[in-house]
Amino acid sequence: MNFGILVNEGPYQHQASDSAYLFAKAAIEEGHTIFRVFFYHDGVNNGTRLATPPQDDRHIPNRWSELAKENNIDLVLCVAAAQRRGMVDPDEMKRNNKDADNIAEKFRISGLGQLIEAGIQADRMITFGD
Amino acid sequence: MLHTVNKSPFEKNSLETCLRLAEDNSSILLIEDGVYGALQNTSFESSIINAQKTIKLYVLGPDLKARGLDKSSLISNIDIIDYKEFVKLTVENDKVQNWL
Repeated sequence: MNFGILVNEGPYQHQASDSAYLFAKAAIEEGHTIFRVFFYHDGVNNGTRLATPPQDDRHIPNRWSELAKENNIDLVLCVAAAQRRGMVDPDEMKRNNKDADNIAEKFRISGLGQLIEAGIQADRMITFGD
Repeated sequence: MLHTVNKSPFEKNSLETCLRLAEDNSSILLIEDGVYGALQNTSFESSIINAQKTIKLYVLGPDLKARGLDKSSLISNIDIIDYKEFVKLTVENDKVQNWL
């Protein structure tokens, strides 16, 4: 079965991102596929590559990147939510004349259409948020 | 249909709303702070027990354990499941409603 996942909360603030990750991991272990994880609202903060959590703590952004790399998962940050919160990929850096980008590996920035598409394409759409 | 509730019923009324609107033969999974809704001897116990006549209730074990709780504090006939069984529930039910 093909899953779509929506994450509405940032890392280390609310359990949503952890729950979503553990769900995605279990789904993959059970032989399912994750079509896309869409990060909306504060959820876009899961996509920063500049986070340095303490070594004995889970690295939430890296964990998503690695899961996506190993299982070919599309990680999408909502562009409007990302702009508000300073989440920038190389294209957005140029487009908005910023001096840096900060997006983690395997994440990309796109529009809400990607969430709608996930809702249509996936067999099940699961939301994690506050 | 599978419903998930992630809030304590003492914080928000999402469990109450879910119990009111969930149809017969649907399933409700309590996750995150939602697991507090499954505790015995609370003001919600009677509505949970009443709902169990037509609805199957589950709690996510890791979230229960993270809050220092176990089976002994729960209302009876609530199944404790892991993430794999959570995935299985979403497969078995054709729709999933996540109450936030």
